[in-house]
Amino acid sequence: MPSLGADMESGTLVEWLVQPGAQVNRGDLVAVVETQKGAIDVEIFESGTITEILVEEGEEVPVGTPLAIVNGAHTEVATPQVAAAEPAATPKAAPASSPHRRFGEQRLRISPAARRLALRENVNLRDIHGSGPDAAITLADVELAIKAIKAPVDQKRTDSSAAMSEAIAAAMARSKREIPHYYLGHEIDMNSVMTWLERENTSRSVADRLVYAALLLKAVALAVKQVPEMNGFWTGGNFQPSDNIHVGVAIALRGGGLVAPAIHDTDRSSVEGIMGSLRDLVGRARSGRLRSSEVSDATITVTNLGEQSIEQVFGVIYPPQVALVGFGALVDRPRVENGGIFVRPTVFASLSADHRASVGHRGAQFLAEIDRLLQEPEKL
Amino acid sequence: MTIKTTGAADRYPELTRAVVQILDEVVPGLDLDDIDPTADMRYEFDIDSIDFLNLMIGIDERLGVDVPETDYGDITTLDGLVAYLANRGAVGNV
Repeated sequence: MPSLGADMESGTLVEWLVQPGAQVNRGDLVAVVETQKGAIDVEIFESGTITEILVEEGEEVPVGTPLAIVNGAHTEVATPQVAAAEPAATPKAAPASSPHRRFGEQRLRISPAARRLALRENVNLRDIHGSGPDAAITLADVELAIKAIKAPVDQKRTDSSAAMSEAIAAAMARSKREIPHYYLGHEIDMNSVMTWLERENTSRSVADRLVYAALLLKAVALAVKQVPEMNGFWTGGNFQPSDNIHVGVAIALRGGGLVAPAIHDTDRSSVEGIMGSLRDLVGRARSGRLRSSEVSDATITVTNLGEQSIEQVFGVIYPPQVALVGFGALVDRPRVENGGIFVRPTVFASLSADHRASVGHRGAQFLAEIDRLLQEPEKL
Repeated sequence: MTIKTTGAADRYPELTRAVVQILDEVVPGLDLDDIDPTADMRYEFDIDSIDFLNLMIGIDERLGVDVPETDYGDITTLDGLVAYLANRGAVGNV
């Protein structure tokens, strides 16, 4: 059971997306886990053949519990920080099976009455867990599924958002209790960015257009290379810098939740790539289907809260990360340049950083570097 | 869906319904019974620039209108958006 957040203690395995015998490659989705952050698609951490499932659907298990055996080794399901809880089992020969067989492609076992009812009520059979022999779907299973679908959506939403609120409360309380934050603020002239963006977007079709947030994220990722003290984790009384730069993006959910999934290797992604990830993440965050590596991998977080209207945001660091960059609204402000006053689009950038991992001087260099990078948007 | 307005959303109910449907897909969970078409969409529907872009992409795909970025300023409300789309000939594409 992967740790999908600093304060996650256990998770419920909702659905296996693979079965014993399935060939899996690192990064494949293998299971859905219900956590306080909602349902998360779990990715597998190694390639091989699933030889045994150790945790059944519906079971709640503590973080660190092996979920399945891959080629004889316990899976590390996308959890670099969680060591396998038990020594590797004896390697077993992989059972004969069609390679890359997927759960949904198997022949469905279902009683005729159940099939008729499902058809009439327009229930997707793939969503039903069969309780009959050989996991056959029975009439009762379909009736249960229909009941679940028709259950008041508001009730479900309230439950999961209450759990999410608790998780956020725990993480934020821990942050303010343990992390000695310091805060820096800096106004950035966005004229170059907005001029470049306007020109770029004129020649792009609507689906390929960029938003300035993508450039902000790229600038943060590149600035981290100059000031690596901002990127990584405070664990066991030490700062562990991260070799990878996975910028987490804070996304507010309707109903009050908040998630900050990571854009992997943000520094190596093109602005177009970041834009695609951003659209994809926002969409999946809203519909509640994020992947395990996305919710657990962020090495630094960006909040663009100000986009709506407020001018400044001073964020709370998401532990065990050590820095959070906040961007306020894009606002026209008077700027003094060469003795003259000009009206320019500007953004107020802030840094909340962990004083155990960095000093204010380095934080200042970090914000200044973000500013410098944004003056040459074409190079991002 | 109750739409209170004397503006474009009233004059083009089918176009409005089509737009609201796209909106509902972009930002699921909207209260479709209580929409104020004269309110600023950013606050009325709590949408950010990514949501707005997704709305524009949906409109391009479904209603065949590519809204250039330079026109974004004219379409802050649902009424404004419907009026804009009607003006661009989207009524026939619903």
